[in-house]
Amino acid sequence: MTRTFSLTLHVWRQKSAKQAGQFAKYIAANVSEHMSFLEMLDVVNQDLLAKGEDPIAFDHDCREGICGSCGFMVNGDAHGGHRGTTICQLHMRHFKDGEELWLEPWRSAAFPIVKDLAVDRGAFDRIIASGGFVSVPTGSAVDGNAIPVPKTEADLAMDAAACIGCGACVAMCPNSAAQLFTAAKVGHLGLLPQGQPERDRRVLAMVGQMTAEGFGHCTSTGECEAVCPKEIPIAFIARMNRDYLEASVKERPQANRGGSG
Amino acid sequence: MTLNALNANVPEGPIEKKWDTRRFEMKLVNPANKRKYKVIVVGSGLAGGSAAASMAELGYDVDCFCYQDSPRRAHSIAAQGGINAAKNYQNDGDSVWRLFYDTVKGGDYRAREANVYRLAQISVNIIDQCVAQGVPFAREYGGTLANRSFGGAQVSRTFYARGQTGQQLLLGAYQSLERQIGAGKVKMHPRTEMLDLVVVDGRARGIITRDLVTGKIEAHAADAVVLGTGGYGNVFYLSTNAKGCNTTAIWRAHKRGAHFANPCFTQIHPTCIPVAGDYQSKLTLMSESLRNDGRIWVPLKAGDTRKASDIPEGERDYYLERRYPAFGNLVPRDVASRAAKLACDEGRGVGPGGRGVYLDFAESIGRLGEAMIRERYGNLFDMYERITGENPYQVPMRIYPAIHYTMGGLWVDYDLMSTIPGMFVIGEANFSDHGANRLGASALMQGLADGYFILPYTIGNYLAQSKGPKIDASHAAFKDAVKGVTATTDKLLASKGKRTVDSFHRELGLLMWEACGMARNEAGLTAALEKIPQIRAEFWKDVILPSGGAEMNQELEKAGRVADFLELGELMCFDALQRNESCGGHFREEHVETEGANKGEAKRDDDNYCYAAAWEYKGPDERQALHKEPLTFDNVHLTQRDYK
Repeated sequence: MTRTFSLTLHVWRQKSAKQAGQFAKYIAANVSEHMSFLEMLDVVNQDLLAKGEDPIAFDHDCREGICGSCGFMVNGDAHGGHRGTTICQLHMRHFKDGEELWLEPWRSAAFPIVKDLAVDRGAFDRIIASGGFVSVPTGSAVDGNAIPVPKTEADLAMDAAACIGCGACVAMCPNSAAQLFTAAKVGHLGLLPQGQPERDRRVLAMVGQMTAEGFGHCTSTGECEAVCPKEIPIAFIARMNRDYLEASVKERPQANRGGSG
Repeated sequence: MTLNALNANVPEGPIEKKWDTRRFEMKLVNPANKRKYKVIVVGSGLAGGSAAASMAELGYDVDCFCYQDSPRRAHSIAAQGGINAAKNYQNDGDSVWRLFYDTVKGGDYRAREANVYRLAQISVNIIDQCVAQGVPFAREYGGTLANRSFGGAQVSRTFYARGQTGQQLLLGAYQSLERQIGAGKVKMHPRTEMLDLVVVDGRARGIITRDLVTGKIEAHAADAVVLGTGGYGNVFYLSTNAKGCNTTAIWRAHKRGAHFANPCFTQIHPTCIPVAGDYQSKLTLMSESLRNDGRIWVPLKAGDTRKASDIPEGERDYYLERRYPAFGNLVPRDVASRAAKLACDEGRGVGPGGRGVYLDFAESIGRLGEAMIRERYGNLFDMYERITGENPYQVPMRIYPAIHYTMGGLWVDYDLMSTIPGMFVIGEANFSDHGANRLGASALMQGLADGYFILPYTIGNYLAQSKGPKIDASHAAFKDAVKGVTATTDKLLASKGKRTVDSFHRELGLLMWEACGMARNEAGLTAALEKIPQIRAEFWKDVILPSGGAEMNQELEKAGRVADFLELGELMCFDALQRNESCGGHFREEHVETEGANKGEAKRDDDNYCYAAAWEYKGPDERQALHKEPLTFDNVHLTQRDYK
């Protein structure tokens, strides 16, 4: 027997970054326990449209928890606060009849609001653009097996690389820090032999960009790890701090002449 | 209908020399002149992202567009299982020739041989490139790359990164792209949707876009346009595609003169989580790699409602192992999907509604231990449990086929150029490599082959020879196109009918699934061809949209895409009707083997349908014209596919 029930939603409505926002109250009736949270909102939106009202805007795309588009706060918890779960994968069987839910966008000065529950996470792209890559132009690679990578390190790198860039870590952090996001990329590439040539400049550039974007400082509260839908461990932040410190104090060889002849 | 051969522009000579020949024939653009050429890339997935990054590395001035808020979110990210490459690292007899053979055969002999051979050749370079970027592929303890097997092949040639291979490959391409963005070589336009193609003097010279945050409609001029905008599976409403995946870019380019090839070739993926209710917004794929260790079965008797654990071995039908002993659970996707449908049609389906079959890991868990299964598929098992509330370590998964990929797309020649000179189409958006059925782990391979290693060369060849005048967005053709796009947008915004965009999309999707889905027949297709124009007329009369053109308006975005699906759906049915044979994912119920060992299997008609059907747009409500590209098979001989 499928359980159906109703919920009271208080949803943050804001037309754009320039206008003030406020909570609006909606009733979600006939919620099926098999729906995803976003499907529940789809139904609410269909009702709003039928009444000639503006539907609730929220980012979403794959609805499989991998694209990282979706995400908002439910009663103060990023993605609704279920272990290893994005809001698109959170199913309504976890909710009870008559519950009141407060839905808010990610709140961070570095993530300006676009509309309602959708925010601009362009700062994350700029952090990657500052150094979150291996500089290997197409065509210049050696044979794949010419770079052996111990399984344990490949697995650990994959743990970090699993980041979907959703921004939950920032949203949940009392300081609005982006350390877990940045550390995940620093860790992924820093663990692999391919990432070694640029390891120092990468961590310096990415941390510099992170600070310039207006994210806060890390005080190791651990909220980021708790809400990360990909369960990326906070230990990567420690690893990044170590890399950063080392890169900061290291004497770097500096040739007098460039290589362009 | 016209019977006019399209020029596929395939180089002369033996198949293994063709790509070398073409690369040598090509005109080159002087390195110092490359920055004078502007190239527009629409889409930032494996194909678009890798192409934009690679062309910027070469020195071209690149503008890249995507509808998502970041190029890292393109739907390539959702590919789970892996990427094929003919590395033969497992020493199991793989080769470029074997990958080529498997792909042509898997595609049921409806792909262009020369393109497929090149794909197999390039596959090895892709792995090298991705490893060098730091893609964390699975490894053996000795540090070498690990492989797994996949449907449609008897060698282990699939490289993977847990169940997130697409994500990791995309992030590799995305990081290369961001490097170029940071260096000022690529200008990125996220949350921007292409709404028209601009053609001047017969050549593609730019696009018209809408900024999805401000609503601003803008013109962008360039020397060439590349579409890497993915497939059109969302015409079925329910599919494994991301919600935003759409046909708009390729459809509007089609209306500007790009022929659309084999639109009816769509792929149904056998392993998806079954539909749960009418509010369902999308279907979730469970990677095909699960078929390596999972056994597919249904109860032997129809109407058996016992729990899976209560059904003894002797009363289970492992129908794939029974019907296809050589390939077993690893038959190609189209074969596995149809077999599941057949079992359910016989009343032997499981779960609510009876549209499901079991994918059972009990035997593998017994043989390998739960820890090993967890290591291989842990994230997929977790995802299954999150969605269904059932623990697949204890009860078998329930799966059912769903629309997953579209082999059809814009027609391109060997150089990946469409019938509009200067417009190139790469990845899933084109039609070229997978014929009537794509093998698992081949989409990632094709997207990256096109983007990293083919387009960057062939586009140079075009640019070196096109000495057209410099055109900017003040040209009359751009102004007219902006006017047209603005008018359509305003018309939609002003529509205050009674039905939502989604309700029209669902209606179309259901009709397409019934008439043009896993099985097709003349009566169903003919009825759909009558019905679709009615839904389309109703849409333009009765759709309801919220006002607000100068802000984020997600209903408006959807409305534009559904309007295009309502036109494309009709062409798909028309194409399916004219293709009076069964091949690959296109299964016409009138064309099955009626006797012998292959009774019930799809029956191709090579005498009459061994061609790619390329459709030319002739104007609104006009019948499109069919052009045929004959397909010749000089290297892989036409035979019936046999997976027994």
